Amino acid sequence: MAQLATAKEGGAVIKAASSSGRKPFRLSTLMSIVGTTPMIATAVGVFVICIIYSFVLSFTNSRIFPAFAAENFVGTDQYARLWSTGRWLISVNNIWFFGLLSIVANMTAGYLLAVFMDQRIKAEDWFRSIFLYPFAMSLVITGLVWRWILDPNYGIQATVRGWGFTEFAFAPLVNSSTAIYGLVVAGIWNGVGVTMAIMLAGLRGVDSEIWKAAKIDGIPAWRTYLFIVLPMMRGAILTAFILQCVGVVRVYDLIVAMTQGGPGISTQMPAVFVIQHITDRSNVGLGMAAATMMLLPVIVLLGVQAFAQWRANQVKEKA
Amino acid sequence: MMTTETLASSAVTGSRIEAGPRGAKPKTLTIARVGVYVFLILAALFFLMPLWVMVVTSLKAMPEIQLRNIFQWPQQITFEPWLKAWDTACTGRDCNGLKPGFLNSVKITVVGTAISIVIAALNGYALSFWKYKGANVLFGLLVFGAFVPYQVVIYPLIIGMREIGLFGTFPGIIIIHTIFGMPILTLLFRNFFAALPPELFKAARVDGAGFWQIFFQIMVPMAVPITIVAVILQVTGIWNDFLFGTVFAGRENMPMTVQLNNIVNTTTGVREYNVHMAATILTAAVPLAVYFISGKWFVRGIAAGAVKG
Amino acid sequence: MKKFAVVAAMATALLGSTAVNAADVEVIHWWTSGGEQAAVSVFAREFDALGEDKWVDTAIAGGENARSATLQRTLGGDPPGAAQFNISRQFEELAEAGLLLDLTPLADSEGWRDFIRPAAILEVCEFEGKIYCVPVNIHSWQWAWASVPAFEKAGVPLPKNLDDFIAAAPKLQEAGIIPFAIGGEAWQIGGAMGVVMLSQLGKEGHEAIYKDRNLDVAGGPEVKHAIEIFKSLKGLTDEGSANRTWNDTTNLVIQDQAALQIMGDWARGEFAVAGEQPGVDYACIAGPAEQPYLDTGGDIFLFPKQDDAAVEAAQLKMASMMVNPQVQALFNNAKGSLPVRDDVDMSLADDCMKAGLEILKDPNHVIQGAGIYLTQDSIGQMDDLWAEAWSNPDLTVEEIQQRFVDIIASAE
Repeated sequence: MAQLATAKEGGAVIKAASSSGRKPFRLSTLMSIVGTTPMIATAVGVFVICIIYSFVLSFTNSRIFPAFAAENFVGTDQYARLWSTGRWLISVNNIWFFGLLSIVANMTAGYLLAVFMDQRIKAEDWFRSIFLYPFAMSLVITGLVWRWILDPNYGIQATVRGWGFTEFAFAPLVNSSTAIYGLVVAGIWNGVGVTMAIMLAGLRGVDSEIWKAAKIDGIPAWRTYLFIVLPMMRGAILTAFILQCVGVVRVYDLIVAMTQGGPGISTQMPAVFVIQHITDRSNVGLGMAAATMMLLPVIVLLGVQAFAQWRANQVKEKA
Repeated sequence: MMTTETLASSAVTGSRIEAGPRGAKPKTLTIARVGVYVFLILAALFFLMPLWVMVVTSLKAMPEIQLRNIFQWPQQITFEPWLKAWDTACTGRDCNGLKPGFLNSVKITVVGTAISIVIAALNGYALSFWKYKGANVLFGLLVFGAFVPYQVVIYPLIIGMREIGLFGTFPGIIIIHTIFGMPILTLLFRNFFAALPPELFKAARVDGAGFWQIFFQIMVPMAVPITIVAVILQVTGIWNDFLFGTVFAGRENMPMTVQLNNIVNTTTGVREYNVHMAATILTAAVPLAVYFISGKWFVRGIAAGAVKG
Repeated sequence: MKKFAVVAAMATALLGSTAVNAADVEVIHWWTSGGEQAAVSVFAREFDALGEDKWVDTAIAGGENARSATLQRTLGGDPPGAAQFNISRQFEELAEAGLLLDLTPLADSEGWRDFIRPAAILEVCEFEGKIYCVPVNIHSWQWAWASVPAFEKAGVPLPKNLDDFIAAAPKLQEAGIIPFAIGGEAWQIGGAMGVVMLSQLGKEGHEAIYKDRNLDVAGGPEVKHAIEIFKSLKGLTDEGSANRTWNDTTNLVIQDQAALQIMGDWARGEFAVAGEQPGVDYACIAGPAEQPYLDTGGDIFLFPKQDDAAVEAAQLKMASMMVNPQVQALFNNAKGSLPVRDDVDMSLADDCMKAGLEILKDPNHVIQGAGIYLTQDSIGQMDDLWAEAWSNPDLTVEEIQQRFVDIIASAE
């Protein structure tokens, strides 16, 4: 991963850095280490040791306090229990459903908005400000506001019924089969502006010659956007996609503020499961098993990506 | 590595947006043009609706809220809910409103932002010019950290904080924000420094300047633009944090978001939706102000930092 | 109150803390509703009145959240001075780890073992012969709260048991009343299900399942019928029930919008704060069954060890204050719970409270909640199951019952 991280770096910089190592200014290298002590502590202490610690705990029957005595090790019992726990299975289902729906909706809406924003419109700054401001607000606030808007007795539903449409029904949060859509709407409201901004940047990064060529060939604008420009924006799409994925895996604040996992346990998510088990449920072992499962897809994704990058570099070198 | 690449490109997102649209040039107002505006205006209404609802709800008295028309402008404007949310709303027997949380959030945000940026700038600088053995591995780990779900490390961190005696203290919460801000901020600064012309660094080295001299005399002044991006990122990130505030801040330093959640979930008798909405706006005020003041800088910041979640 | 102050001072002297510096004692609790706040204010006022020490209030809405905060902070080495838990096994690991202040000398000198009844509520505080917490009230889940005007409007008599109620529900619906008020939080659903269960199982069945882990009873016809009742209650709720807090839900009964809520006796505090009269505005139905049982749930306070001797002295004073008979009377009256001792002046008690005290006298009708026998982990699993059963109509009665049996089978 580290090598790949430097792959994009300017060659000159690398030379400067490595050559400085050979020069007799050892003191400076020492200073560099001193200056980055916090980074060393964080990278090793938090992102290696803490993760290993959590991983080891997942094989114990620790309750509130970490228990590492020999008799506390219970093998993979916690994992077995985790995968037979209804609530965990629901959480996992939810995160996939919520994730897929949010990401697809977010990317589609983000791209659409970006395309419309790209039409030499007036007051572009105004529109951008409006689409983006929700992102400045925390997910706690997003959740509280949408909970209020979707309240069956006071929110949109009650208001529209008050206008005379007495059969109008729009209160997704009250029903366990629709509550998750409410979360998706709130999540999109909060985050679609970012996707739009990234996509817009991507659109404008596309060579203007493409447009001219498409026009000469008489291809309608919508087809150009969909079939020619979109595939050229891989970078922007990937960025937006990764941002979305990370946000989805971590979704916690939104749930706490909006549904608290309800109705019933129909909007439980893995992150909430973990937090609850390391506190009130007093079953750290199980909580850590769940946390490990949360980390797994991240590691797999990063691994696949690193491998793909490595392969691409190999091919490039050969050519 | 994808993160480096994508995030590096997103750091310049802002400037590309400013490049201007490339879409087909319109000459006359066609039906299609009208369609474009209708779509955008409808979208804008969707995005503005919650803000509108928040504001009008917070300006209504409770009897008017009972009329169940969340979109309607108040017949009689009252600022009572705002005063209550700020000053006297209760959680339990404490009836001090959001005020203490606001001050705590200001303290945590200012100190947390300053410290995490200094550290990240140093990291980025060292990683660009003074790479020691293993520095790349560390950096790789840090980037990996940007993707780790917080829940994986929160329990060991509680234990770690206990061991150094900082759990539930002000320095404790600052350290936590520094840790979780570090991956993305370091990335920002590293990409920035790595893109600087290497001659700058070489010339300074020839003049005999050392690690700290080059950092403070040459790099810091050059890093102002990226620092602005980092400040925006950290200020909104720390201000909006909820999870770390609940776990690590301790009673004395409880940030505003945590207090907001407490106030909203404390009900005695009738739920005071107007007070809740006023409290919500008050809590959102600082990041919103940052957003509107910083304008296009903000776009760069979030595009680079959305990864923070 | 003077006499009490003397006792408290004596208690302190007895424990050898001569230098009594003023100390702040931070108390974490989840008493945030109207009635609850009136009750906790009794404690806070009385404690502050004792001297220089101060009650520092940390109210966290939601029992789960408050307990989480206490556990998290204890884990992190920054425990509060006092913390609320339920009468249950929620805190046993804290006691085992030696993190709690030993209250045995105070309890012995004041004779807690003699006056706190039933003995079971003090037993949960005991580990290896030492007392680590103070029970402050007895709460029972086994109540239903009915709006008298709502039933009058529908023209049906107040129900005596759940089958009655379900039969009367259509008439209530016709009259535009929500028959069954409940908030969609997992603990409310789980609690209501516990009440339905006990109404079918009785004391014997209850103990067979939770205490003896008898899987035949858990898989038996009583539990099956309980699940059926539970599922039919679902159809009698309103749309707004999702994520509604318990006291917002009680408010529906107070305002006669809903007919009946199954909720513990802490709901009485809400009726009291709203100025409602028992028997006139609302009715408390024990059980709800002809043969009502009470469970001796309730709240305890424990006192995590602190380094400061002054804080420790203040913690002991607080513990002593909480069981003082006068404070018990004031506190429980505000809270709607029963006092933990018999020698309390109950002239202030209302009819509902008196009915509860009456049932409490007969040990055959007093049971211990499932939380005494099971860990919070198992209780949580059950809450999850009931919540899922509540919100997912596709789960069949058989499936639900099988999962219930599995939880009991795997309980520690």
